[in-house]
Amino acid sequence: MALIRSSSPHLRRAGSSAHLMRLLMFATLPGTAAMTFFFGWGTLLQIGWAMLLALGFEAAVMKLRGRPVGFYLRDYSALVTAVLLGLALPPFAPWWLMVIGIFVAIVIAKHLYGGMGNNPFNPAMVAYALLLVSFPVEMTRWTAPFVLQGEDGWHILGFLDTLKLMFGAIEHGAVDAFTSATPLDELRHRGGLTTEEAFRNSDVLANGVGAWHAVSAAYFMGGVFLLYRKVFTWHTPVAVLGSLALLSTLFYMFAPDTYADPFFHLTMGATMLGAFFIATDPVTAATSNRGKLYYGAGIGILIFVIRTWGSYPDAVAFAVLLMNLCAPFIDQYTQPRTYGHAKPNRGQKEST
Amino acid sequence: MSHVFAFHGGVHPPENKRQSTRTPIRQAPLPERLVLPLSQHIGAPAEPRVQVGDRVLKGQRIAEPVGRISAALHAPTSGIVTAIGPHPIPHASGMEADCIIIDSDGDDRWIEHAGLADFRALGKAALTDYIRNSGVTGMGGAGFPTDVKLHLGDDHIVNTLIINAAECEPYITADDMLMRERASDIVAGIEIIDYLLKPSHILIGIEDNKPQAVKALEKALKGCTLNIDIRVVPTKYPSGGEKQLIKLLTDVEVPSGHIPADVGIVCQNIGTAYATARAVHQGEPLISRIVTMTGEAVAQPQNFEALIGTPYSLLLRAARVDTGSLFRLVVGGPMMGFTVDNDQIPVIKTTNCLIAASPDEMPEAPPAQECIRCGLCEQVCPAELLPQQLYWFAKGRELDKARHHNLFDCIECGACSYVCSSAIPLVQYYRNAKAEIRSDEAEQRKAEHARQRFEARQARLEAEQAEKEARRKARAEAAARNQAARKDKSVAAAPASTAVQAPAGEPDLKQLKTAASVARTKLKQAQKALKNAEDKGLDGVDALRATVQALNIKADAAQQAYDQALNAQSDASAAPDAKQLKTNAAVARTKLKQAEKALASARETGGDDIGALESRVRELELRANDAQKAYDAADAGSAGTQAPDPAKLAQLKADMDAAQAKVDKAQAALESAIASGSPAVEKMTAGVEKLRGKYLEARAAHEAACTPAAAPATSPAKLAELKADMDAAQAKVDKAQAALENAIASGSPAVEKMTAGVEKLRGKYLEARAVHEAACTPAAAPATSPAKLAELKADMDAAQAKADKAQAALDSAIASGSPAVEKMTAGVEKLRGKYLDAKTAYEAAGGTCSDVPQSDTPADADAEKPVDLKALKQQVSIMRTKLKKAEKALQDADAGERDALAHEVQDLNERLNSARAELQSAEQVRIEAAAAAGVDLKQLQIDAAMARAEVTKTERALGTADSTSATDLEQTLLQARSRADELSKTLSRFE
Ligand code: SF4
Ligand code: SF4
Repeated sequence: MALIRSSSPHLRRAGSSAHLMRLLMFATLPGTAAMTFFFGWGTLLQIGWAMLLALGFEAAVMKLRGRPVGFYLRDYSALVTAVLLGLALPPFAPWWLMVIGIFVAIVIAKHLYGGMGNNPFNPAMVAYALLLVSFPVEMTRWTAPFVLQGEDGWHILGFLDTLKLMFGAIEHGAVDAFTSATPLDELRHRGGLTTEEAFRNSDVLANGVGAWHAVSAAYFMGGVFLLYRKVFTWHTPVAVLGSLALLSTLFYMFAPDTYADPFFHLTMGATMLGAFFIATDPVTAATSNRGKLYYGAGIGILIFVIRTWGSYPDAVAFAVLLMNLCAPFIDQYTQPRTYGHAKPNRGQKEST
Repeated sequence: MSHVFAFHGGVHPPENKRQSTRTPIRQAPLPERLVLPLSQHIGAPAEPRVQVGDRVLKGQRIAEPVGRISAALHAPTSGIVTAIGPHPIPHASGMEADCIIIDSDGDDRWIEHAGLADFRALGKAALTDYIRNSGVTGMGGAGFPTDVKLHLGDDHIVNTLIINAAECEPYITADDMLMRERASDIVAGIEIIDYLLKPSHILIGIEDNKPQAVKALEKALKGCTLNIDIRVVPTKYPSGGEKQLIKLLTDVEVPSGHIPADVGIVCQNIGTAYATARAVHQGEPLISRIVTMTGEAVAQPQNFEALIGTPYSLLLRAARVDTGSLFRLVVGGPMMGFTVDNDQIPVIKTTNCLIAASPDEMPEAPPAQECIRCGLCEQVCPAELLPQQLYWFAKGRELDKARHHNLFDCIECGACSYVCSSAIPLVQYYRNAKAEIRSDEAEQRKAEHARQRFEARQARLEAEQAEKEARRKARAEAAARNQAARKDKSVAAAPASTAVQAPAGEPDLKQLKTAASVARTKLKQAQKALKNAEDKGLDGVDALRATVQALNIKADAAQQAYDQALNAQSDASAAPDAKQLKTNAAVARTKLKQAEKALASARETGGDDIGALESRVRELELRANDAQKAYDAADAGSAGTQAPDPAKLAQLKADMDAAQAKVDKAQAALESAIASGSPAVEKMTAGVEKLRGKYLEARAAHEAACTPAAAPATSPAKLAELKADMDAAQAKVDKAQAALENAIASGSPAVEKMTAGVEKLRGKYLEARAVHEAACTPAAAPATSPAKLAELKADMDAAQAKADKAQAALDSAIASGSPAVEKMTAGVEKLRGKYLDAKTAYEAAGGTCSDVPQSDTPADADAEKPVDLKALKQQVSIMRTKLKKAEKALQDADAGERDALAHEVQDLNERLNSARAELQSAEQVRIEAAAAAGVDLKQLQIDAAMARAEVTKTERALGTADSTSATDLEQTLLQARSRADELSKTLSRFE
């Protein structure tokens, strides 16, 4: 009788980190669909391209590090990074932008820090921030929603055309006519107009917000699904959205002419994507439930601050990265109170 | 159902309980061979009481509990003990341990047994003992001896008794089936536990997946007068964890590092209640238990009532195992159980379940991935820890941080591993980290112990050196005394012989005193160390605290022993009988004096009844002597009258030895526990301390009893024997010491053992010596008794007085030209001779006696007092002398002078009395003053006086010694002198 010896527990719940990752990708589907619907095939192509690159880089790095390639590819973490970056980049960004982005994300932000689970910063956001700083033009060249839609409801720019566009077979100038700023950009660069005037005067603001509302709603759906599947707890997204809503409400109440309304903040840009899919990345977030509340609130506040007073159109990436930086610190001061202890331990024990 | 609360986290693994509850509990087949590990419980392993080849009956006790935390072991069936030795036991590590192996004879014949008719009649302590002797341990978890928990009522206020029937682990149904089928026995068990713990209410916690068991319990509880609530809790693992169940039922959290009893709660498993009831009501010790045999690899999963010691293979067969699909054999539940790879391992008292799992059921764990910090583990941790952080620290060996994250509050429930998305064996990491921390600590403790040992050894060596010196001197003194006494005997036989032994009582006291002060010093050192450690927050504070406690106990014991010895000494002279006899003697003397007076007056008047009176005087004289003698004898034996009978003494000694044995065992167990990093170390330490305390108590009691009891043993033969014992022991110690020193010099590895051996021998020697001295002490009592001494002094004084008086009378007679001058001169000569005799006797006795020199010592703390005292003393003796003189004169005087003389006698008598009273009060004052100046001073004075007396004595002995013993004596004298000088020097420092 060959009995195996193993340590307790002898049961394991079905489910793995790969499963979690798959769920995460699955939850981005509504958002992806909405993006594709409003902004054309570009989004889908970017995601696919990113996934390919991610797998390639991951495999290469694993090989270099002498690890079993297949085992690590199956954890899907590289793919999740790819999907997030694919969603974040403008749909018609050139191919090399994504190459740089994925390289930075997988090789530098992730594996140089020790690989999965050890990276202090969210790889997708590191890549996004780097690209935004380095290639501001390419990074802000979004198409206006609907503009590419033909009479039949299909995109004028077909799948193949988009592919060609991405890889430079079609001059980018060809689509320049369709590109426009995002509503966030538009509002930022409104000059001396009041918010209300800006909304009345700007096409982007007048018509574009509807599309963004829809996209946000799709992300929100995906996020709720993940909450339901207990992929993460409610703490981070609620804290992000709550703090952002609270802060924008406060400012909006006192100066509605200068500041955007809270709903605008919640639905424009990458707020929903960030709150549900990026800030919740467990590896780089705070650990305990209370810690996650602080962490999320920090992100929400930073989003508002950077959007309102900063010089970048969107702020999710910077906000997340800054709070990544704070996560270990937050962890030290938010240890939960253990059963049987009067109060939680604080700070770090000095090693004596 | 009343309200229940909630605990954090928890998981819902598939229950898999149905399979094994379809059929009733079945009696497992009788195994041919039973394997009974000696340690089936937490605490010290039991000690076998049978030998290989012994025939045992079912229920016969085959191993005894050792120490406070331990459990007895009984033969589960009748048969023959075929081996006692190592055998694989149920343990996660697959290790072997000592077991008693019994080959069943197939008869399954019970030893005679009967339950208690009324357990309430037994008294709590006896009932708890009974349960202890029945081998009942916790049947749910780690197997904590039940009696220990039942004692909790003694020093804790137990408000709530929680009966744990949650059985939250998947697969296990043993408790469920037990409740369904034997609920009434369980309730009976709860009643017993209730009687012992007296909780104000009782809660039975049971998961809602056992409706039938709930119903059965409810039925059994009808008619039960106890305040019992059944609380049905939602099914969630680990609701059956002690702390979780407490939180669920009472919303109280057991503070970290405490036991539930600290918050007024005691938990008992339902199976334990059942076993208790069986033991108390049926007289059946714990020899069988319900075991769930389940898993996909057995065709008939079910519950067995299996004898303890039944090998797994038998149960597997009985449940029709399919060996082909048996992949993993889990003992216990799937969450916290462990795997074994040997099916010959036996069922023990804590074995509640065996899972024969197929590969599909419990596949091998997938390879672990990196932690993605998904936080799932944190959400399910019932201890509210951060498992992912703990894992991080454990893996990175950042043990300090792991501790800071409360690693030791992890109950190893496995919930985190169960949910971990990266399939990380988290619990394994925690176990390893804990073990590592513990072994680190053990190492630190060891180093600390080594340091303490070294210091203690140093102190001991010094003390020993001093003691050796003292002993050598004492021996020399004793030898000298013996010599001197032999010489003195011819001069003053009776008093000298008692006086000889007088000093023997002294070293005893002194030694005790030294011991007490050494103990105090050690205690102070340890306290200082502890404080230092506490201030600096060093590790090992606990160990130090334990040491301080131990030393405290020791110091107290030493002090107590010393006090007792002191009391015993003073008691000896305060015997009521002796007083009575003394009065008698005094009365006799008075009568004699009266008669003498009458005779004298008769002579005076020339009455014809002179002859009759003379004979009466003689008779009275005899009587007075008799009375005196009786008094003396009684005084000598007075201590003996208080001695407890030898049976009692033997009992005390047995108690003491048992206590010592327990301490040793517990100590050994503790050390092995420390070595193996057992979690029970702290508790065990406390246990050892407690045992040690008990032992010391027992010893003190024994010694207290011994000291006066030794009086009857004063027969010289016995004494000689004791002395021989003592000397033999001493010789052994010396030999062993020499061997040890050799060994140390040669760096032999056996040094430690030898040290222990020497210690032991020394202990024996000290014991022998104590006995011997105890035997000596009471014998010496009369000599040291002030009464006796006073008597001698009185005699002497009387003699002197008589002589003086006679001299005075003679003088006056000469002056008045009386014709009786010649006769009187002869009388005076005679009287003077008597006086000298008395004086010698007195000096012989007084010279070696502690009390007289004390009062005679002019060297005192207070410069004024001694002068006073001496003056008073002189006054008293002058008065006495005068009185005697007057009396004598009165007796011998002519008729003409008689009236005047009688008057004078009376006058003098009064003055004497008042002088005496003055002296007494002055003495009192002085003693008090000395006490205020510190006992040490007094003791010192005594010592110094003794030493001086010794010198005098030896000098005298030398004077009369023959040439052979002279050299010996000379040496002794030198020693005695140096000692006396030393002591008086010390004394003078104080004055
Ligand atoms: S094993 Fe320890 S850390 Fe894991 S869930 Fe249980 S108590 Fe928490
Ligand atoms: S469940 Fe496993 S992977 Fe998730 S945080 Fe805990 S240890 Fe890490």
